[in-house]
Formats: sequence, structure tokens, C-alpha cells
Amino acid sequence: MLGFLKRLWATIRRPSVHYSLGFLTMGGFVMGIVFWGGFNTALELTNTETFCTSCHEMRDNVYAELKTTIHYTNRSGVRATCPDCHVPHDWTNKIARKMQASKEVWGKIFGTISTREKFLDKRLELAQHEWARLEANDSLECRNCHSDESMDITRQSARAADFHQRLLFTGEKTCIDCHKGIAHQLPDMGQASLLIGAGSAQDVSSYLDR
Amino acid sequence: MKRKLTLVAALVLAVAGSAMAQTSIATLRGGTPLDTEAEPPAMAKEINSDLRQVRNYPEQPPLIPHKIDGYQIDLNANKCLSCHSRAAIEISQAPMVSITHFMNRDNQFLASVTPRRYFCNQCHVVQTDARPLVENGFVDIDQVLDYVKNNQGSSD
Repeated sequence: MLGFLKRLWATIRRPSVHYSLGFLTMGGFVMGIVFWGGFNTALELTNTETFCTSCHEMRDNVYAELKTTIHYTNRSGVRATCPDCHVPHDWTNKIARKMQASKEVWGKIFGTISTREKFLDKRLELAQHEWARLEANDSLECRNCHSDESMDITRQSARAADFHQRLLFTGEKTCIDCHKGIAHQLPDMGQASLLIGAGSAQDVSSYLDR
Repeated sequence: MKRKLTLVAALVLAVAGSAMAQTSIATLRGGTPLDTEAEPPAMAKEINSDLRQVRNYPEQPPLIPHKIDGYQIDLNANKCLSCHSRAAIEISQAPMVSITHFMNRDNQFLASVTPRRYFCNQCHVVQTDARPLVENGFVDIDQVLDYVKNNQGSSD
């Protein structure tokens, strides 16, 4: 093995015998375009709603639920597709998310949520991953479209305006804190999900298990 | 002969009466014939004023003064309670669900909202700006009480 690596290294280091420098540079350049273009095309192809809903897990569960919400149909006809909310838009974070998504390929192959029942059982865990992600990045995917600066609270209902002024603009809360279940149905989160500033699950169990 | 005349007159009246009734009865179809599709009235807008509305009698479930589009109320979650629950009102400043909603049918208070009061929009509804189909002559009980008090002498 080591011998093979040494020979490989020696080959790479040796100047080319048969090919001209021009051919190698141009070839490298062209192949670079082909491979990079191909990579990006594949990346964009997997970043479409058509791709997401080509699996029945997404089409029959979450996509079906999205259709009744304001993010699918509304007065102005602007809508969000799956990757708009679930994949970061800037490159580094997008690649990181795409690498995480390899877990979803694993799930598809082994049928982790292949039936409605399996999906419902796993739904809370899956939702919690998304909520944790959005809480950590200050609801970045919401803010790709909804910005504080462009949000005219005088055109909102008094209730919404008050909430946004008191909690959102001060940074006390982020979008997902209040708008869970805006695009898909909520799993059973338990009573305590309504408590704000309550003790952690460990605190509660250490108190109750005494 | 006279009897025959009365009969004819009655028949004419009956036919005319039914024809008149046909035009004067308010139906959702309006004057549209049965074999054509009636044009539906424009959809009314939900009232979203956030201003509490009067209760017409003390037991009336309060009306919802805001839109509730897409609010999920099912086995898993109750969107209304995310603002109106006991624990949420400090942040939301919304009215808390009434304590009666914690009471089961044996009048025992439970620790949380009882299942029989869980489905909010069984009783609480939004209002729209739709024009009433028929005129409403409802009189508030306070006005009735005042009326009775003022006319006590004369009515007795």
C-alpha cells in the first residue's frame, strides 16, 4: 500500500512526457468547468420542490399539508418552495446542510418514514431538528424573504404589530418561537411547550423524581 | 252559480298568492332557475379588529375578534392555547381561557383545559362583515329590564 502511494506521488511529481503544457492547462480548465458546472447543476436539481416531492414521504405528508397554508397559496401569488425554508441560501451553509441531508438519503433507503404511521411517530423528532436549526440561525430562512426593515407594522393587525414590536424587533424572540406550524401541522409537543421561561426537562425530572 | 264563482275566485287567489310567495321568499338561490348555477355571493371578510365585541347575553361564548386562518386544533396541538392558555398570557397579553374550561362535567376543576372544552371553535367563532340576510330585531336584556321597570305601573 505504502509502495503504491509512493509510486503515485512520484508519477504526480514527474513532468508530463506526452502532453504539452498548453493541453494540460486548457484541459484542466475545461474539465474544471465541466465538473464544477455538473456539481452545481446536480446541487440545484436536488434543491427543487419537484425533487423533494418525487418521494412519497414528502409528497403525501408534508407537501400535502403545505398546500393548505399561506406559504403555498395567497393573494399575491408569491410562494415558498421546500428549499426556500429548509435549505440555507448562501453557499457554505448550503453545502453543510446538504451534507447533513445525506442522513435523509439513508432514511429513504431504509424506509425510516416509509409509512404514514412511521412518519407520525417520528414527526416530533424531525420537527424539533428544524426548530433547533431555525432557533440557532435566528430564523434565517424566514428572514430571506421577511425582513424587519421591510415589515410595515402599520399594515398589520394591532395584535401582530404589538407582538412584532415587543418581541421580534427587540430580538427577544425569533420568528420560529411563535410561528411553529405555519407551513406544516404540529406534532404533539406536550403541555409544557406553551410555557415560556419554564425550567428545563432535567430540572423538572430532578424535582419530581425525588 | 254563486258558489262556483267563489270557488274560481279562491283558485285565482291561491295561484296568485303562490306566485307572489315565490318572488318574496328570500332563498340563497335568489331568482336563479333550478337548471342553472347561481352565482355565489362574494366571500365576506373576517373581522380582524382585535377589539372585543359585546356579549348579547352573559352566557354567550365571547366572539373571536381576529382571524384564525389555518389555526390547528386537533389531538396534537391547539393553536389558540399558544396565546390563551394559563401559562402563555403573560407574553401574549391575551384573555386566558375561562376557569370554567378547566371543569369537567362533575364540576371538578382539572389541572388543565378539560377535553370537552378543548375544541375552541365549537363555541367561539369569528365574525365577518357580511350583510345579514334577514333583519335582526334583537333587543338587549338591559333594555328589556329598563322597559319593564319604566312600565311597571301601567303593565300591572
